[in-house]
Amino acid sequence: MNKLLMHPAAKPVVFLLCLLPFAWLTYGAFTDGLGANPAEFLIRATGDWTLRFICIVLAVTPLRVITKTNALARFRRMLGLFAYFYVVVHLLCYSWFDMGFEWADIAKDIAKRPFILVGFSAFVLLTPLAATSFNRAIKALGAKRWQMLHKLVYLIAGLGLLHFFWMRAGKNNFAEVFVYAAIVAVLLGWRVWNYASKRKPKPSAGTRGSGEKSLRSSSAG
Amino acid sequence: MSFHSRPQGRNSGFIHPLSSEITPRAIYESRRDLLKLMAGGAAGAALASFAGREAFAQATGPHKLALLPGAKSAVPGAQTMEKLTDYKDATSYNNFYEFGTDKGDPVKNAGTLKTRPWTVEVEGLVKKPGKYGIEDLLKLSAQEERIYRLRCVEGWSMVIPWVGYSLAELIKKVEPQGNAKYVEFVTLADPKTMPFVGSRVLEWPYTEGLRMDEAMHPLTLLAFGMYGEVLPNQNGAPVRIVVPWKYGFKSAKSIVKIRFVEKEPSTAWNKAAAQEYGFYSNVNPNVDHPRWSQATERRIGDGGGLFAKRNKTLMFNGYEAQVGQLYAGMDLKKNY
Repeated sequence: MNKLLMHPAAKPVVFLLCLLPFAWLTYGAFTDGLGANPAEFLIRATGDWTLRFICIVLAVTPLRVITKTNALARFRRMLGLFAYFYVVVHLLCYSWFDMGFEWADIAKDIAKRPFILVGFSAFVLLTPLAATSFNRAIKALGAKRWQMLHKLVYLIAGLGLLHFFWMRAGKNNFAEVFVYAAIVAVLLGWRVWNYASKRKPKPSAGTRGSGEKSLRSSSAG
Repeated sequence: MSFHSRPQGRNSGFIHPLSSEITPRAIYESRRDLLKLMAGGAAGAALASFAGREAFAQATGPHKLALLPGAKSAVPGAQTMEKLTDYKDATSYNNFYEFGTDKGDPVKNAGTLKTRPWTVEVEGLVKKPGKYGIEDLLKLSAQEERIYRLRCVEGWSMVIPWVGYSLAELIKKVEPQGNAKYVEFVTLADPKTMPFVGSRVLEWPYTEGLRMDEAMHPLTLLAFGMYGEVLPNQNGAPVRIVVPWKYGFKSAKSIVKIRFVEKEPSTAWNKAAAQEYGFYSNVNPNVDHPRWSQATERRIGDGGGLFAKRNKTLMFNGYEAQVGQLYAGMDLKKNY
């Protein structure tokens, strides 16, 4: 497995896989394939994919440690950037299709509606993480500080879940929310357990920041 | 999640002046003959071939269900000139939580609904309570076509050509008593045929209600069909209520009971989230839903598709001239 993940083609392949939902949605938008309310469909689907990538990126370290597949670490940065990519598209879809790029209305909406505010906060907090996703940033900040900053992802995951929960609250329709919440709870719970059990000398929250040397820094558009 | 291709309806892209031309149905080309057939008031005749077999949820569009033509309605406000929503959109993008919470669920799951035999029980404060079979209800008054705007509380809207008659026709027949101030609608809750009955999203059965004057208003429709055919299951077959000036959830689907009561009945969405869904739920651009603005709406299937601008929502969904007086002196913010 490690060998496969170290293959030079592994990163480009994962990169293309991550772009598939975007390609599929774009294709659907232009071929009238997103149902009766394509705007709503796009806003919801991009939100779903943001949450999925948050879950995927949070799963990297537990999987790496449990399966002893260290090569998984190579993909963490790219997956995190894809979470950011999808949240940007999500925000763009909402700003465009729901609000017609009326900035004043958007500002009012963010202030007035708690669930929009929470979602927007998650996006704002994710921005510095995306902006420091290159090796020089780790050096500039220092590995410790960089790691502290990137631990914000736990809070961001919580805010994303709260945003989704509140969006569904009016209709008491929580089944999907609970699925995501359960996944995040397991992934964060593992970290707590891992930290508490102290069986590993390594800090739990992933690899040491400077330990990851990627030959190519992938950027997600 | 799956792709659906959407063929362009015959009525796409231009405005029709008359209902006889507006409806994308071959049926209207022979409607005059049908009207003669119907002159005897035998609305059920068109359904004869249909009785006794099940309707299946149609995802493929019209021409699959029994015909149910209606004469052009003379009720003021009952003939909007706006472009009709494509049949495919109107029958594949539904809220019908008994069949699932996703908009695409009802069309997938409602095939199990058994619409025959079907009785509607009239009870409570009336002189003539009893069970009314669907065939009798179909014949109770002449079927009319009403082209109404439909505004969902979620902020989207459609234009639907319903077939039915004023609920008032039935109410007059059953003779409510003087102390009957409200009408409650109880809908089917059959866990055997409705897979999501029992889910904790709502209390079942789904109930709705109207004040007596609202229920008696000529625009309040007892609907049996749409687009010249009987209702598809996912749209509330075989009989539903349509209240065009209120948010869509007020228009109960697949009704099995009409109760005449003295006190304001509790309604399903009000029980689930009282601060969000009031008893009146009149379409009102000035009263926001707690979690979103109601000032604008997205017309489903509007030209421009994805990039179509949202429309301004109209007071009482554009029926203010007809229904405004029902709410004279009422604080609509308080009675949301």
